[in-house]
Amino acid sequence: MTVYILQRVMRMIPLLFLLSLIAFLIIQLPPGDYLTEHINALRASGRDVDEAEVERLMKQYALDRPMHIQYLTWIQNILLKGSFGQSFQWGRPVNEVIGDKMALTFLLAIFTTVFVWAVSVPIGIYVSVRQYTFTDYLFTMIGFVGLAVPGFLLAMVVMYFSFAWFGLKVGGLFSPAYELEPWSIGKFQNMLTRIWVPVLILGIGGTAHIIRVMRATMLDELRKQYVTVARSKGLSEFAVLMNYPVRIAINPLISSLGFLLPWIISGGTVVEIVLNLPTAAVVLYRSLLSQDMFLAGSFILLVGTLALVGSLLADIALAAVDPRIRFGSVEEF
Amino acid sequence: MASVENGAGPQDILLEIKGLKTHFALDEGTVRAVDGVDLEVRRKQVVGVVGESGCGKSMTAMSIMRLIPPPGQIVDGEIRFHRPFDERPDAKDIVDLAQFESNDRQLRDIRGNQISMVFQEPMTALSPVRTVGKQIAEAILLHQDVNKSEARDISIETLARVKMPNPEQRFDDYPFQLSGGMRQRAVIAMALACRPQLLIADEPTTALDVTTEAQILDLMRELQAEYDMAILYITHNLGVVAEMAEEVVVMYLGKVVERCDVDSIFYNPKHPYTRGLLNSIPRLEDVLQDNREKLNAIEGMVPSSFQRLSGCAFHPRCPDFMPGVCDEAEPQLIQLEEGHAVRCHLYT
Ligand SMILES: Nc1ncnc2c1ncn2[C@@H]1O[C@H](COP(=O)(O)OP(=O)(O)O)[C@@H](O)[C@H]1O
Ligand SMILES: [Mg+2]
Repeated sequence: MTVYILQRVMRMIPLLFLLSLIAFLIIQLPPGDYLTEHINALRASGRDVDEAEVERLMKQYALDRPMHIQYLTWIQNILLKGSFGQSFQWGRPVNEVIGDKMALTFLLAIFTTVFVWAVSVPIGIYVSVRQYTFTDYLFTMIGFVGLAVPGFLLAMVVMYFSFAWFGLKVGGLFSPAYELEPWSIGKFQNMLTRIWVPVLILGIGGTAHIIRVMRATMLDELRKQYVTVARSKGLSEFAVLMNYPVRIAINPLISSLGFLLPWIISGGTVVEIVLNLPTAAVVLYRSLLSQDMFLAGSFILLVGTLALVGSLLADIALAAVDPRIRFGSVEEF
Repeated sequence: MASVENGAGPQDILLEIKGLKTHFALDEGTVRAVDGVDLEVRRKQVVGVVGESGCGKSMTAMSIMRLIPPPGQIVDGEIRFHRPFDERPDAKDIVDLAQFESNDRQLRDIRGNQISMVFQEPMTALSPVRTVGKQIAEAILLHQDVNKSEARDISIETLARVKMPNPEQRFDDYPFQLSGGMRQRAVIAMALACRPQLLIADEPTTALDVTTEAQILDLMRELQAEYDMAILYITHNLGVVAEMAEEVVVMYLGKVVERCDVDSIFYNPKHPYTRGLLNSIPRLEDVLQDNREKLNAIEGMVPSSFQRLSGCAFHPRCPDFMPGVCDEAEPQLIQLEEGHAVRCHLYT
């Protein structure tokens, strides 16, 4: 197991390097950059440009030097100083802009996962043992609707009805009183009263998807002989299900956990914009639009890193529950 | 071979199946997998069940275990299990297994405890993600009043009984770390862990190579004597029957067509189907002389399971077919002599 973990960690290092290169290239690809655009805009409007300040920024980020020097400067600042650079758009360090939002996104991702799993795994198991019954068809139908309806539409519908019926404004994660406050127990509680809306909306597609996956893998496993053998020992049906087919059917879900964060970021952006959430996806989207290169690059790097770490953790978890992976057995069951 | 106890009285009966019918209602029609089976297993007796593939052997076994895959259902008949509830041999509690819901508590108390089963495919009989030991100890913890470490000890001891090499280490192994033969030993240990009175073995050696098969057969004979248990041994291989069984039941299309002791099956077979099965065993001299005439199996094929044949189900393939009789009336199981019954119009 230790060897396996070490191997996986070692394999991550080149991947991380590749990721940083890609993040850097993505932000460099479009012609122009924020600083030059900014200076040009200022000049065009005839205002004074603080040449010294521009000079300083250019130098600090090596913007006048060749690409590879720019990359090295950027990555050096991140690795050695933990500094992701300056967000030109916000006029503040990227670390400040991102910190809170990343944490909120993370929190949203965790809440959504817990919700999705808590709902879809039991339902998936249930419908698999009630194949072709009314309940099965019902959840299949609900599932397809859940998959087919886009999240932003659902978000707008929820917002409309909660306002029309209850006079509630469900946008945002905090009520105005807590919006700008530092973190406190009160703020957290305030968030809990509001976070369920985005969790529900973001989670509905995933729930439908995982019910399908769980049902299909369970049906596969239930056909296998070891389930009959387990029953022949006299175990109760519940014990048979939990200790045998579920133990195996849950594995593909564990390995998909690693992709959760990127999924929330990419799939959730529109929903988060509609719901006006102070999460990372929205900021990333805006920074990409305005070529705020250090902000956008840092985002891509951070999200990518978290995705890699996530899939590493998922792989380790999978190895912990599935000995076939631990022992590197390739045999098919 | 188990000692044949002379003068065995009715108190020795362990399992009586009467008129058992297990059908599958499918969209295409009803499959009569088991269609009126009668059989009897006495204590410590090995009963062999033979017949071509698809004739309902496995479904008879699954009916006893009440593990028939849906939409299969017992539609008629009794499966009376004489369960000893204390030490006195004549004290028993007769339950009809066919009456229970398939997840009934009482039924689950019997399953894996007093009646257990060994399946055909050792490669898929164990969950790949749990250790062999856990899967054995589970049944012990369920049925016996022991704690985890005692269950572990019993499991290891049972593994040793089935001649598993290094039982202590194997206990913590995963199934994929064992060979096919070792897995089948583990499965047998699992079935024997609670010392059942009846072991149902459904072609336990069919998936194994010949050497391993011989070892497992030896082992099962030894264990049968050692554990004083009865075995319902299902196979399509008459050679295995000769080696294992005292009583033989021959099945064709969900029915018992002949029932007698093992010697009569080989030296005095009555039913044309039984004779056909015997003739289909390749003889060494025929193989050496490449005598294809004599290497034939029974003519024709097992008919489609949806088909319902009038009269005797074997008549389209029967060499002794009597037109107007065999395709008209269904033969009854008739007692020819003590302990020898046959379902054929030749004897009515
Ligand atoms: N799950 C099932 N669904 C439908 N028919 C089945 C099923 N299982 C078995 N059968 C039918 O029951 C009959 C007896 O099968 P089985 O008892 O497995 O035969 P055997 O063990 O003698 O080879 C066969 O005709 C088979 O097609
Ligand atoms: Mg079979």
